Amino acid sequence: MADFSLSRAVRWDTVVGALLIVVLLLSFGTVDGFGNALNLSFLIGNTLPIALIALPMTLLVVSGEIDLSVASTAGLSGAVMGALWNQGMTIETIIPICLLLGVVCGLINGLLVTRLGLPSLAVTIGTLAAYRGIAQIVLGSDAVTDFPTQYLDFAAGRIGDTFIPYAFLPFLVLLAIAVVTLHATPFGRSIFATGASEEAARFAGIRVKRQKLILFTMTGLMASLTGIFWALHYASARYDNATGLELSVVAAVLLGGIDFDGGKGTLGGAIAGVFLLGALQNVMSLQDVSAQSQIVVTGVLLVLSVLGPRVARQISVARAGRRAAQTLR
Amino acid sequence: MTYPSTTGPAPVLALRDVSKSFGAVRALRDVSLELFPGEVHALAGENGAGKSTLIKTLAGVHRPDAGQVLLDGAPVAFHGPGDARDAGIAVIYQEPTLFPDLSIAENIFMGRQPRRALGRIDHRATHEATLALMQRLGVELDPDRPARGLSIADQQIVEIAKALSFDARVLIMDEPTAALTGSEVARLFGVVRTLREQGAAVLFISHRLEEIFQICQQVTTLRDGAWIASEPLDGMTEDDLVRRMVGRDLDELYPKQDVQPGEIALSVRRLTREGVFTDVSFDVRRGEIVGLAGLVGAGRTEVARAVFGIDRWDAGEVTVGGKALTNGAPSTAMASGLALVPEDRRAQGLVMDMSIERNIGLTGLRTTVKAGFMDRGAERSRSLDWAVKLQVKYARIADTVNTLSGGNQQKVVLAKWLATGPKVLIVDEPTRGIDVGTKAEVHRLLSELAADGVAVLMISSDLPEILGMADRVLVMHEGRLTAEIPRSEATEETVMAAATGRAAA
Repeated sequence: MADFSLSRAVRWDTVVGALLIVVLLLSFGTVDGFGNALNLSFLIGNTLPIALIALPMTLLVVSGEIDLSVASTAGLSGAVMGALWNQGMTIETIIPICLLLGVVCGLINGLLVTRLGLPSLAVTIGTLAAYRGIAQIVLGSDAVTDFPTQYLDFAAGRIGDTFIPYAFLPFLVLLAIAVVTLHATPFGRSIFATGASEEAARFAGIRVKRQKLILFTMTGLMASLTGIFWALHYASARYDNATGLELSVVAAVLLGGIDFDGGKGTLGGAIAGVFLLGALQNVMSLQDVSAQSQIVVTGVLLVLSVLGPRVARQISVARAGRRAAQTLR
Repeated sequence: MTYPSTTGPAPVLALRDVSKSFGAVRALRDVSLELFPGEVHALAGENGAGKSTLIKTLAGVHRPDAGQVLLDGAPVAFHGPGDARDAGIAVIYQEPTLFPDLSIAENIFMGRQPRRALGRIDHRATHEATLALMQRLGVELDPDRPARGLSIADQQIVEIAKALSFDARVLIMDEPTAALTGSEVARLFGVVRTLREQGAAVLFISHRLEEIFQICQQVTTLRDGAWIASEPLDGMTEDDLVRRMVGRDLDELYPKQDVQPGEIALSVRRLTREGVFTDVSFDVRRGEIVGLAGLVGAGRTEVARAVFGIDRWDAGEVTVGGKALTNGAPSTAMASGLALVPEDRRAQGLVMDMSIERNIGLTGLRTTVKAGFMDRGAERSRSLDWAVKLQVKYARIADTVNTLSGGNQQKVVLAKWLATGPKVLIVDEPTRGIDVGTKAEVHRLLSELAADGVAVLMISSDLPEILGMADRVLVMHEGRLTAEIPRSEATEETVMAAATGRAAA
C-alpha cells in the first residue's frame, strides 16, 4: 500500500510528459504554421539553450542546490568569445578557452558553497550579477557577428528538410550521458541521497562536498557551452546574451517534477518540462503574444510547477498517512 | 447509567470498550482503561500495539468508532485536543515543543497572560504564578529564563507546569524518559510522585520496564490493538509483563555469548577534539563487545563521530586493523572496515524518503557496481538478503523506510551497515525507542556478530543493556574516559559512580 502512494507521488513526470504530447497534438491541429518542419526546427533550436543547461541543473537541484548564475556564465563566455575573435584568434582556440572559463565560473560557485558553507541561492545570485558585469567589461556594447560560416551554419541549420537541427544530435548524446549519470551510476545514487538527506548521506560515507563541487563545475561547463551555442545560433555575441535564461531553466526543471528541496525527480521529467515550456513559447510567438506576456506565462508556470507536484504529493501522503497511522505504533 | 466500580474513588477518566479502525486495520479493539486520581498507571505494549492511538483517543485527537470515553463516569465526546484540555487532560510528549525565544513563564502562559490595565501583560503576576507552579512541582527553574538552551528534561518540566496551569487532573506522559539521563529521570519521577500525592491521575508510557515498576501502581497491557490485562504491578515481575506484551516467553533479553577476544581491531589513541573530548584512548578487540557508558553530553557520541570521520579531531590517532584512518573522512573509514550505526536513525541513519532497498544500497555504492554503472540486480539481492537476515518486517523492499516502525527502521540501519561486512561496528544507542521484542533481537544480533569476530563498540544510556551485553565497560565523564570496568565488576553502582565523576572505581 505504501508502494501505491509512492507511485502516485512520483508520477508527476509522466503527467508532464503526457501534457507535452497533448500540447503538441493540439498545436498541430489548431495553430497555423506550427506543424511545418521549419517551425519545428526553430522550436527545437530555440529550446536547446534551456535544454542544455537543464541537464546539469537537474542534477544540481536533485542534490539540493541551485545555480542561478548560469545565464550570466553563458553571456560571459559568449562575450569572451566575441572579444577574442576580435583579437584575431581562431575559433578552434577560442572555444576551449571559453569552456575552461565556464569551468572556472562553476568552480567558484562550488567552492563558495562547499568550502564556506554559503547557501547556493545567495552565492549564485551574487555571481549572476558579477559574471554579467565582467561580460560587459570584456565586450562593452559591441555585437560580434562575423564568426566563421561553417560554425554558424552548424548552430543554426537543420538536417536537410527535416525538423531536426544539427545541434540536436550532440544534445541527444549529452542527454543520454546525463540520464545514465543520474539514474544508473553510484554517483547518481549519491546525488539523490544527498538531496533527500545530506546528513544521512554523510553518515553513509558519501563525499557530499566533492559531489557538489563536481556538479557546480559541470554546470559552469555546460553554461559556457550554451553561451557558445547561443552566440553562434543567433550569430551574435553580446554581453547581454541569454539574459534571464536561468528563469526559464529553473521553471522548466521544476515543471518537470524536480523537487526544489532536492532528492526527487527524473531527468526525463525535467526534459519534458523543458520542451513543454519551449512548445508553449513557440505557440505564443506564432499567435503574436508579446515577449513580455511570455515572461508572465513563464513566471506563472514556475509557481504552478512548484505547486503541482506538491499538491499531488500532499494528497497521496494524506492517504498514505491515514493508512500508515496504524502501522506506526 | 452507572457502571459497577470498585470501592474507593471513581475513575476520573476511562475508556470503555473502545474500538478504532484506520481503513482495514483495527488499531484498537474493545479496549478499556480506568485512570484513578492519585495513581500512576502504566500503558505497556510493543510498537504497533495501539498505545499511540489510545493516547490520541484520550487526548481528543481521534474519536472512537465504538465504545465510550468517560469523564468522571459520564460519557463525553471530545471534538478536538482543545476539548480534552479544557476537561483537564494534558499530554506530555517525548520531545516538547516550546517557543525557544520566550521565557519559561511566557511559554507557560502563552496566549493567556495575566493582564493589567489597557490589556498590558502583567509580567510580575506571570512570574509569580510560574514560581508557584514550580514550587508545587518541587523544582527550581527561573521563570524568566528563555526556553532556548533548556535540557529536554527541563522542557518537560515546563510542559508539566503548563499542564498544571490548565488545572489538568489527568496527565498523559508519552515516553517522557526516552531522552533523559539517570538523574533527570529521578527528578522527573519526583515530580510525578508529587503530582500523584496531589491527586492527579497519570498515564505513563515507557519502553523501560524497570521504570514502570519504579513509578507505577497499575498497568494496562495492549497487544496488536487488543486489551490484554489491567492489573496491579504489585507482585508482578518484569518477565510477567514482557510475556503479556509479546504473548510468549521472550528468550533472554541479553543473550551474551562468551567469546575469547582476538587481536586489536580498533585502536583509539589520545584522541582529542577541543572543547568536546580530551585524551581518549581505548582498544576494541575482535569478538569483544565494549560498552561505552556515561551521561548524555559526556562526549560518547562525539567520540564515535570523530572516529568514523564525521567530525575532525584535533589530536590523536585512530587505527582500524592496524591501519591509520584519515581525519574527517567517513569514506576511508568505511573502506577500512569501520561501520557506525548513528544515534539518530531518522536524521542520520536513514534517508527517510528512500526505499528500504536503496537505503541498504547506499553503503554498497562501491561494491554493487558493474563497469561504472549500478548493478541493480546485485543491489536488490544484497538489500533483500540483509533485510531478510535481520527479519525486517515490510510489505515491499521498494517501500520507503518512513512506512516502517521504529524497530524495523533500526533493523534497516543495521542491515545497511552489516552488508558492508565490517570489522568494527560502532552502535550508538542501538535500541533507543524500540520495543522489547526487537530489542532482544538486536542484542542477539550483536552477540552473534561478536562471536563471528566483529569488534563491537556499543554506546548506550540504557544501563541494564550495557551491563547485560558488554565484556568491558568504558565510562566517560565530561569529555574524558574515567573508568574501564571488566564485566565481572560492572554494576549499576560502579558505572554510575564513574559516569557522574564520583570516586574512581
